[in-house]
Amino acid sequence: MDKIKAIYNKIGFPRFIITLLLFLFIGIAFFLDLSLASMFTDILKRFGMNAILVLAMVPTVQSGSGINMNLALGVILGLIGCLVSMELGLAGWTGFGVALAIAIPLAALAGYLYGLMLNRVKGQEMTVGNYFGYSVVSLMCIFWLLAPFKNPQLVWAMGGTGLRTTLTMDDSFGKVLDNFLSFEIMGVTIPTGLLLFFALCALIVYVFSNTKTGLAMRVSGSGEKFAISSGLNVDRYRILGIVISTVLAATAIIVYSQSFGFLQLYMAPLYVSMPAAASILIGGANLRKASIAHVIIGTLLFQGLLTVSLPVINIISEGSMAEIIRIVISNGIILYALTRKEAV
Amino acid sequence: MSLLKLEGIGKNYFGNQVLQDVSIEIKAGEIHGLVGENGAGKSTLMNILFGMSVIHSTGGYEGKMWIEGEEYSPMTPLEAMERGVGMVHQEFMLIPGFTITENVKLNRENTKPSLISKILGKSLEFLDFDNMEKDTIESLNKLNVEMDHKQKVAGLPVGYMQFVEIAREIDKSNLKLLILDEPTAVLTESEAADFLKIIKKLSELEIAVLFITHRLDEIKEITENITVLRDGQMVSSLKTSDVTPIDIAALMVGRDVKIKKTNKRAFDEDTPIALKVENLKVLMPGELVKGIDLEIKKGEIFGIGGLAGQGKIGIANGIMGLYETSGKIYKNGVEMKNNDPGAMLDNNVAFLSEDRKGVGLLLDEPIDLNIAYNAMESRGRFFNKIGPLTQVDKAAVLQNANEMIKLLDIRCRGPKQHTRSLSGGNQQKVCIARALTFEPEVLLISEPTRGIDIGAKELVMDTLVRLNKEKNLTIIITSSELAELKQISDRIAIIAEGKLNGIFTPDTDDVIFGLAMSGENVEVVANG
Repeated sequence: MDKIKAIYNKIGFPRFIITLLLFLFIGIAFFLDLSLASMFTDILKRFGMNAILVLAMVPTVQSGSGINMNLALGVILGLIGCLVSMELGLAGWTGFGVALAIAIPLAALAGYLYGLMLNRVKGQEMTVGNYFGYSVVSLMCIFWLLAPFKNPQLVWAMGGTGLRTTLTMDDSFGKVLDNFLSFEIMGVTIPTGLLLFFALCALIVYVFSNTKTGLAMRVSGSGEKFAISSGLNVDRYRILGIVISTVLAATAIIVYSQSFGFLQLYMAPLYVSMPAAASILIGGANLRKASIAHVIIGTLLFQGLLTVSLPVINIISEGSMAEIIRIVISNGIILYALTRKEAV
Repeated sequence: MSLLKLEGIGKNYFGNQVLQDVSIEIKAGEIHGLVGENGAGKSTLMNILFGMSVIHSTGGYEGKMWIEGEEYSPMTPLEAMERGVGMVHQEFMLIPGFTITENVKLNRENTKPSLISKILGKSLEFLDFDNMEKDTIESLNKLNVEMDHKQKVAGLPVGYMQFVEIAREIDKSNLKLLILDEPTAVLTESEAADFLKIIKKLSELEIAVLFITHRLDEIKEITENITVLRDGQMVSSLKTSDVTPIDIAALMVGRDVKIKKTNKRAFDEDTPIALKVENLKVLMPGELVKGIDLEIKKGEIFGIGGLAGQGKIGIANGIMGLYETSGKIYKNGVEMKNNDPGAMLDNNVAFLSEDRKGVGLLLDEPIDLNIAYNAMESRGRFFNKIGPLTQVDKAAVLQNANEMIKLLDIRCRGPKQHTRSLSGGNQQKVCIARALTFEPEVLLISEPTRGIDIGAKELVMDTLVRLNKEKNLTIIITSSELAELKQISDRIAIIAEGKLNGIFTPDTDDVIFGLAMSGENVEVVANG
């Protein structure tokens, strides 16, 4: 009995509930004769799309500024990278590469400036980040309307100025990663390129966190006074964490968009942080500790639940229920995690 | 008849007897001094007298108390106040944004009824500012201090805040006994002199004062009787006129100190100086250092002692650069950059902080990282190089931790246990293991045995001595426990009021140490 209790404590309440729900829904889906193969295809795809966004939470948590509620900043710069690449009419790997090459330096710069600001509001990073996200998204709405993009595929058909809300990427670099080396096994499509790209990002984050600089960043986040007395410049490492997070967010949205096949502008970047925050918290992270394992477990559980619950609930209940349940779960998990700041 | 009578007061905290069989009698209008070292039980006695909840939540106290012949056993400070006992705490309990009047009258405001209060009860009555101001002016006049009662407390000099606190106490019409906890510790000399006059004034108003301080000259100046506590026991209760400050100091620290020191070492002129500070000033809150010069020789164990709040803790923190510091610090004759802990570490100076849980440890990281980290950051040890990349050599970190765990007998579940769940003694051992792994030339260690059990204490002290002998490590040890300093130090500096009050050999008489800690000019007193 003690052993079961120990395992339960290790899993933790939220993960336990979510896992239970996930298996429950898979069970029901099986009974309802839904196609499990297409479900797993979907789960893998959604995992690949979202995992880097969740990964972007890791450096900020490690460097001590908590969960990055302002992924929108990086996301917007990622979108700009995509837009420039598409404006130039680039496609395939070139388009993807150019989008990254433009987005990453921009995101690094923006992350640095944002980090300078966050160092002035220590302890309130999440609240401030949230509102910063709102502000920057609204500001960019003006930019999307006024930006000098000319490619007719990007701008509104009527009038010829202002970017559309949703842009299709079929003619540029949509699905480059998804289709790379992808294969089918027992009816499940494996998006090899997408998963490999996440693995690459995760490896970079992991290797970095074990370098001298990365370790110093983690120590700064784990104990500020200890870090100062060890001669570390804590503020600098906090900024570093935010820069990496913002760059990852920019990368993530490029990967997400190519897989999704569409670019979403205007208010869309606002809805990125919450699910990512919920994912990593379900994965077992808290506001002071996060690892790659938390990212993988959390994204699988969160996206898995989302994918499986949608068709199941659509059959046994009202259609919009699935979306409502998703919102309740993601916000509920965030709320739960915020109330236990100290717990491991 | 005595105003307050205590008989056989004792207090036991979880099997630890911190106060035992204390009996005191105080007459109305008497100024009674209470002295003792840190941890002698002064605060506990006050907490009992003032009915603080910490006493009752830990099982109450032993013995009996009477006020004016009636039995007195306060369960809450409110009850104590109702019986005429007031207290001015070491930390001011004032609201900065309120005026002096509002602070004096806080929670005892004069009120007048209004239409709303007639319906909804007394708590909604209007404040009667006219009467409140009148009372406040009266209280301030009683104290002979001139202050604008409409001024806000924020921005008042510290001394005046103290006066506001006292005015608040005497505004309580039934005040019979006022407890003052180290009231002059935060005051400048002239403020303190004014303050003592006010205490005498209170005595004329037939208010008894229980005066706690470590400034023996003050005690001598204003009290009638003195009670001396040592290690929770009342060593003596005497008339002030019968004793000299030297007698009081002897009573205060006069415990039998077993000095295990084996070899007395002399450091001659030729021994190079490992660390030198000139006019060191440290802005550490509560432990201000106000200009200190020290020279510590290579291979020396240098003790720094003094009472709490006098600045001894600030010195090591200042040398390390953890608080804003000015003055000059030389290591091996080279001037060091101030306020830069990294530079000090790079120059082989390590620091084990008195704040073990905040500064000393990463509580949510495993033991092995805690032990290795200084060596990793400042020396680049425990890393593998793969091309331009550095990667943590986890195996080496783990192996080092295993060796240290064995060497220092750290009781843990393994090197991956987080340090938060270790006991105090084992946490301290982890800190020492970090210093061992770092291999500094100069080790600053503050309060090395605070909050750890006797077994661990001995091991910690033995390790320090061994390191000193085997590696010729220069150690600067700061401690509140004189016995501990005498046990291992070659020289002991006593800090009082942020300044160096003398450097003594460990075989110096305890009386001298006691006087030095109290800020007395030792030469003068010793001579007569």
